[in-house]
Amino acid sequence: MMEAVLDPFAYSFFVKGVIVATLAGGLCGLIGVYITLRGMSYIGHGLSHAIFGGFAASSIISLNYYLGAGVWGLASALAINRVTRSRRIGADAAIGVITTASFALGVALLTFFGNKGPSFDAALFGSIIGVSAADVWALLAITGFTGAVVFLHYRALLFATFDPDVADVSGVRVARTDALLMLILSLSILATLTVIGVTLVAATLVIPAVVARMLTQRFARMLWLSSAIGAACGFVGMNLSYHLDVPSGTTIVLTGALVFGVVLLITGGRRLQRTGRLDDHRGVAPAATA
Amino acid sequence: MTVPRERDAEDCLVAVQGASFGYDASPVLREVSLSVRARDFIGVVGPSGSGKTSLLRLLLGTARPQRGTVSRQPGLAVAYVPQLETVNWNFPVTVGECVLMARTERRLPWSSRSERVEVSSVLDRLGIGGLAGRHIRELSGGQQQRMFIARALLRRPQLLLMDEPTTGVDIASRHDMLHLLADLNAEGMAILLTTHDLNGVAAHLPQLVALQRTVVAAGPPQDVITPSVLERTFGAPMEVLEHLGIPVVLDRSWTASS
Repeated sequence: MMEAVLDPFAYSFFVKGVIVATLAGGLCGLIGVYITLRGMSYIGHGLSHAIFGGFAASSIISLNYYLGAGVWGLASALAINRVTRSRRIGADAAIGVITTASFALGVALLTFFGNKGPSFDAALFGSIIGVSAADVWALLAITGFTGAVVFLHYRALLFATFDPDVADVSGVRVARTDALLMLILSLSILATLTVIGVTLVAATLVIPAVVARMLTQRFARMLWLSSAIGAACGFVGMNLSYHLDVPSGTTIVLTGALVFGVVLLITGGRRLQRTGRLDDHRGVAPAATA
Repeated sequence: MTVPRERDAEDCLVAVQGASFGYDASPVLREVSLSVRARDFIGVVGPSGSGKTSLLRLLLGTARPQRGTVSRQPGLAVAYVPQLETVNWNFPVTVGECVLMARTERRLPWSSRSERVEVSSVLDRLGIGGLAGRHIRELSGGQQQRMFIARALLRRPQLLLMDEPTTGVDIASRHDMLHLLADLNAEGMAILLTTHDLNGVAAHLPQLVALQRTVVAAGPPQDVITPSVLERTFGAPMEVLEHLGIPVVLDRSWTASS
């Protein structure tokens, strides 16, 4: 039994895959806290689709994937954030318009010119064998950068997420902080696409954060809990992918969904209320329980 | 219309002159002129949609007038207390974490010993000492309002702006809140708050501004809380009585029908 579990670790492609899946899970778990609390849960889904447009374009012109898709993704993220903050239309509508158009453009480009990079299926659902040493190093660098940003801008990110209007008049450069968050989000999605895939990356941003919210009332604790849950789901999901011969993105997300179900069962429906209207900054009547 | 008082230039913290502001094509504020001096304690009264929150945004500098000017004293320290209804009470922060948000200068995530002492001291002063570890949803409306005042005080503001600070709080808490604000004002802090509560709040403040997209009247309560000004501001006939020198407003349409 133990041999069967350890068997895949003899293959370097699997070791690389496990490292990337674990790091990617932790990274998405960390950023997912800010994304879900800002009411932008849908952005992971949209941005991964937008990045697919950049992936297709950079593949056709033989440009480096990280550069082409990265610039494309960051531009999309900044556009979404700008439209959302202007409050002219909701975040979901802004994401829907900007990112689906980008995805459609990617599909059209690949149909016309053919694909010279990773396979279409691998890009959509993630692949255990699609991980190169460069992917590992890129993800390590992005994880380190993201950790440094969250550490050094902890208070600004917290204040701008909780109450951007008050933060703005209290010395926080909200526009710059938002742009920084969009940058690390774009980079993280970019670095995790190879393992998790375009269609499933949103779940790795949302599920760990929602589970962590059910377990704690403190922001700092939610950050590390969500990261730990995301990393654990990445590790277990990647192992399941090997043994069940199912795309890695699928097993990582299903592991997260299972964790959510177990935590819900243990903590009961009351804890789920904490995640209700998690992102609603309007019309939530204050409680008067004390 | 301008607040009819002589203003010393060096005393003026914020001056709004002939400011118009709106969203898209619809104007929210027209030709508003108003200035806030050091030690002022001003209540802005008006119904929903009269432009109270937009005026606050102009004073804060988060919105720019489409016409007219807003000038602030250089280096002015302003703090803002939002409406309780606009806050996400499911957000995972404790009272202590929320108050500490005001300290944006410090890079490190954790609080320093001096910050912890300061937070504890300001929470004690506001009567919510010992609640620092509670989640923000576990507080009463009055306590939640005090928590945001504590966050504002940590910035040591010269001017405190508050949006409907007594909405969602009970009568006793409202009474305590007004005393607290009067104490802060007596210590030298200028305060401007918006309210639609004429009897519970506005009548007890030293200066009022009646707003209906523009300044209808400004001055002490006796000059602003009058049937004529209130009808122009709120669009409904009101009767004003006097009790112990304080104006008391009765809704004439309601008293007539009952």
